[in-house]
Amino acid sequence: MLRDEDRIFTNLYGTQDWGLTGARSRGDWDGTKAILEKGPDAIVDEIKASGLRGRGGAGFPTGLKWSFMPKESDGKPTYLVVNADEGEPGTCKDREMMRHDPHKLVEGCLVAGFAMRASAAYIYIRGEFHLEGNRLDAAVREAYDAGLLGPNACGSGYAFDVFVHRGAGAYICGEETALIESLEGKKGQPRLKPPFPAGVGVWGRPTTVNNVESIAVAPTIMRRGAGWFAGLGRENNTGTKVFCISGHVETPCNVEEEMSIPLRELIEKHAGGVRGGWNNLLAVIPGGSSVPMIPKSVCDDVLMDFDALRDVKSGLGTAAVIVMDKSTDLVRAIARLAKFYTHESCGQCTPCREGTGWMWRVMERLVTGEADVAEIDMLLEVSYQIEGHTICALGDAAAWPIQGLMRHFRPEVEARIMERKNKQPAAA
Amino acid sequence: MKRVPAPPEQQPDTFAFTPENLALAEQHVAKYPSRRQASAVMPLLDLAQRQHSNWLPRAAMDAVAEMLQMPRIRVYEVATFYSMYNLAPVGENLVQVCTTTPCWLRGSDDVVGACKAKLGIEFGETTADGKFTLIEVECLGACVNAPMMQINDDYYEDLTAETAGAVLEALAKGEKPKVGPQNGRHASEPAGGPTTLHAYTGDA
Repeated sequence: MLRDEDRIFTNLYGTQDWGLTGARSRGDWDGTKAILEKGPDAIVDEIKASGLRGRGGAGFPTGLKWSFMPKESDGKPTYLVVNADEGEPGTCKDREMMRHDPHKLVEGCLVAGFAMRASAAYIYIRGEFHLEGNRLDAAVREAYDAGLLGPNACGSGYAFDVFVHRGAGAYICGEETALIESLEGKKGQPRLKPPFPAGVGVWGRPTTVNNVESIAVAPTIMRRGAGWFAGLGRENNTGTKVFCISGHVETPCNVEEEMSIPLRELIEKHAGGVRGGWNNLLAVIPGGSSVPMIPKSVCDDVLMDFDALRDVKSGLGTAAVIVMDKSTDLVRAIARLAKFYTHESCGQCTPCREGTGWMWRVMERLVTGEADVAEIDMLLEVSYQIEGHTICALGDAAAWPIQGLMRHFRPEVEARIMERKNKQPAAA
Repeated sequence: MKRVPAPPEQQPDTFAFTPENLALAEQHVAKYPSRRQASAVMPLLDLAQRQHSNWLPRAAMDAVAEMLQMPRIRVYEVATFYSMYNLAPVGENLVQVCTTTPCWLRGSDDVVGACKAKLGIEFGETTADGKFTLIEVECLGACVNAPMMQINDDYYEDLTAETAGAVLEALAKGEKPKVGPQNGRHASEPAGGPTTLHAYTGDA
């Protein structure tokens, strides 16, 4: 188990002062000027060496992403945008970081923004997080008042601003180009890539979009060194990670653990185990609603990291572990996710706009068993027609949970259909 | 809930920000680069909605369009795209119960049932006294404190049918129930106490 002294989010549960005084007592804003004095390239190199991979779901190497930003200024601004539009079902980690440890994010904005030569950071927080947004506003104000942000941030001579921008209820704005559109005051509909945001982002300027956790851990990595972070977890899957454990466990919780911790150990050490014991486990969605579920046989010894979960045809995603015990109607659990994606499709691409609703309706028929067995293949076929045929990954995200269900539990889905058929009176 | 704008007879003819809100609106506009004032459309619509009994009449959208020098249609697009803008009147307390899978696994059906029974209304309806509107909502990002509901700006978490009913009852009486977990938890730590961070939380 990760030692407490290796934990980054030491106020994850909000038992201490979230303000600047409390944050400083936990080591935040300590020697920030000295970090900046190393220079942008040295910071990018350190983050690259730490092995930090993006914490928002895709797992792209963070330092590498920062290095895509222009090194020579054309005299106009460039931006860091923090994706705090947390809305992936199962995921609730960024909220805790922002309301209990907001200064980690604010300091991270300066360090990351400086490293990518940005002039300002915009933190896009989902609108429903009203109190968290207020907390963030207050932390930013404290940082300005203390001279940590502004024209001479931390006395470094570097000018840097941080702004908080609130969303208004749209899951799709967690997609980076939809988020950029939304920040420009438009409907959150994803853009085609290329051009990538590092070339043409918000207001047409080079932009990097990073998850809250990726940015919030950066100052600690700079203080403790890439070697420390890289020494946790496995090769290519380094560092600590905040896991959200929800569903059928005794004590659902958020917890920061070492990357690559076995799933079973994670659930049993921190979440009090599966309700009714490990053998009562049916399946787990290991990385937020968009990743395919894995059955108990896989859960028994799988590690919680990017590569291990990819190898079992799922993904770490946001590390939101949704646990389902044997009492769960898995078909209904996935049908509800299908409804979610139908609701959240932005309507731009036909396969997603039409397909998500179509899949949801078939899933509802599978819940009651009134569908025909042949419709399962039809449903999978439609899911493949959506996957990879849309501008953004929402189409994929809608397809994968259904594919995961059929991959592991198709006999159960078929049995329900047959059971209903057998109950019907024979045709005259 | 179907997002249908209020009919013409409910729409006020004009809308103007109060001086206080106008000052706040200007602060929002100042966050964005010059000539990029359209970026302030979301915070301004939110301000307008808060000023106007928690719903956005068309006159308010037009006022925001004028202030930001945007074509009206661009503002209507934004107001109709995002779920937090209410296009028609809602009750004093907008009760949004999450029923997405993580909440459903923890018993959101019971919470929904309790809310419907207590308020005597279905999803999408408002009580006769105008105090409550009940709607179903998609994941609100508090999944380890499921099931949960949001009422206006506040999250009520770790609900049961009983505690959800108690929250509504308190609001009906004009009281201010405690926000957050309703089962004694502080935040998102495991119930019964953290398994980590003992040096920081003081329970070694």
